[in-house]
Amino acid sequence: MLGILASIIDGLLVGLVYGLAAMGLTLIWGVMDVINLTHGAMIVAGMFALYLLASALGISPYLTLPPVMIGGFFVGVALYWIAIHRMVGRPPLMSLLSTFAVNLVLIGVGTAVWGTALFNVEVSLPGVSIGRYTFPGAHILAAVLAAVIAGVLYMFLHWTRTGKALRAVANNREAAELVGIPTTRLLAVAVGTGVALAGVSGMLIGTLFPFTVLSGDGYQLKSFIVTVLGGFGNPVGALMGGVALGLLEGAVTPFVPVSWTLVIEFALFVLVLIAFPGGIFASRRGAL
Amino acid sequence: MVRRPFFWIIALAIAVFAAAPVVGNDVQLRESLALACVYITLASNLNLMLGYAGYINFGSIVFFGLGGYICIWLVDSYGAPLALSLIAAGIGVSALSLVFGLGILRLRGPFFALSTIGIVEGVQAFVENFTPWGGSSGIYISPQVFAPLGGPARALWVIYFLLVAAMGLSLYLSYAIKTSKFGLGLIAIGQNEDAAAILGVPTPRYKALAYSASAFLPAITGGLYFFKGAFIQPSDAFDLTLSTEAIVICMLGGQGTVTGVALGAYLYEELRGYLLTTATFSNFQLVIAGALLLVIVLFFPSGLMGWVYSRFPRAKRVLE
Repeated sequence: MLGILASIIDGLLVGLVYGLAAMGLTLIWGVMDVINLTHGAMIVAGMFALYLLASALGISPYLTLPPVMIGGFFVGVALYWIAIHRMVGRPPLMSLLSTFAVNLVLIGVGTAVWGTALFNVEVSLPGVSIGRYTFPGAHILAAVLAAVIAGVLYMFLHWTRTGKALRAVANNREAAELVGIPTTRLLAVAVGTGVALAGVSGMLIGTLFPFTVLSGDGYQLKSFIVTVLGGFGNPVGALMGGVALGLLEGAVTPFVPVSWTLVIEFALFVLVLIAFPGGIFASRRGAL
Repeated sequence: MVRRPFFWIIALAIAVFAAAPVVGNDVQLRESLALACVYITLASNLNLMLGYAGYINFGSIVFFGLGGYICIWLVDSYGAPLALSLIAAGIGVSALSLVFGLGILRLRGPFFALSTIGIVEGVQAFVENFTPWGGSSGIYISPQVFAPLGGPARALWVIYFLLVAAMGLSLYLSYAIKTSKFGLGLIAIGQNEDAAAILGVPTPRYKALAYSASAFLPAITGGLYFFKGAFIQPSDAFDLTLSTEAIVICMLGGQGTVTGVALGAYLYEELRGYLLTTATFSNFQLVIAGALLLVIVLFFPSGLMGWVYSRFPRAKRVLE
């Protein structure tokens, strides 16, 4: 019984990181109705940035967080100008295809350079022991960092001028433009922020589990599931969705082989999409 | 339909495909045309969803892989004849996708696209854990299964003609649907789903039917493809590259056109054959497919046929 409880708590910790990843996806959707199919590749980019920086410079894995975040932002702005700018306001089919195309290029380059070998980043942190169970320090620190970053994002969206402008653009782009908000620049900022979040969450996941160039697909699917649970375009819902998914994984792990987890999650994903197309934690549309 | 010139253009294409390698007994040409057949079949059936109904299906490879698995499994475990296994694969996968389709096609636009990505991951994870299908190591079939077809060498020819037949049927299916009331309904859905529903198009049923119809021939082709190799494993059967290439082909040729997609598939196959022989590029196949797709989506969204139609407006009356 205690084992299940420990597994659920661990799931909760990992779930916060999933939630952070999904916030990046949902932010872009909320602001411009574009689903970013490079999300998985950006998560992997975060993982590899962690690996390269930590092993090349010999610094602590957690010190790579600021460069990953800043780099992710600029990569996201570039992504906006390359693949998304011309697609805003066109049928969703086109932006799906253009981001999918960029994803192919990124994954293709990644496989050509690193192959599909497994990479691992050593993190030595003391765990916290409760009775017979020890929670790995990396899991706790990753969860805390994810929660802090999510909080910062919330404050950014609600308390700063740029954040408020972003929410205005999400709410009604034309009206925002009428009151003098430079919408194009803000769309680029939104994609930059979304990609930065994906990169940072990839970096945090890299401290928890080993990864390959192709890991992104699985985490992208998890982000979609989380987004669907939390309601599209709703960052706070995404965090709650992440926690819900983590709890589910934690509750399921003791009973089912790990390789079945994805099947169960996918079944859940389709069921939720059909039963609650607006998401379980959804409030109203445009709740950014 | 028989009186339209386009019907005979398709017949001519099939005849050329079937006859070209026979003349001169050219095995290398046969292999390259076989691959072109696979591409044309996958892309034309994807086009039913992508080009007509405007629904992007990232998981069309699931039909191909599941068809392959059902066929190989029947041949291997029950000694079923190839023809029966192929038909079982086609019907099985179509029925399964009808059930799936009725569920997920209530989702609209991007949500549907997301769930098709999930289907690939989910089905692949399922097959990898499914012991009757050999889990992640797959199924080998013994070369003896080629005996009823007259030995391995003749069997390859039989498989080739069946692949050509599947390709021809795909083209006729695309054409028949496009000129039917059903096709008109699908195209209306693609243009404006709400308006189509208001005008009485039964949108969920039409979408599910199109989804299911687009599964039948890819499943059979998958069966043939893996029967030919006498081996199937999850990473090959659900290789995302192939469904990606099908999307690239649809966009390259011009989504929603029958000719364009067939032409795009053939062109892509030739381009790929050329790139694969140069060592530098074989590692970058995905990169090139991606870059090509990006350029098409950004600058030429109506593809090859869009250009042909605008240059030669009369072509629109003949080439669907």
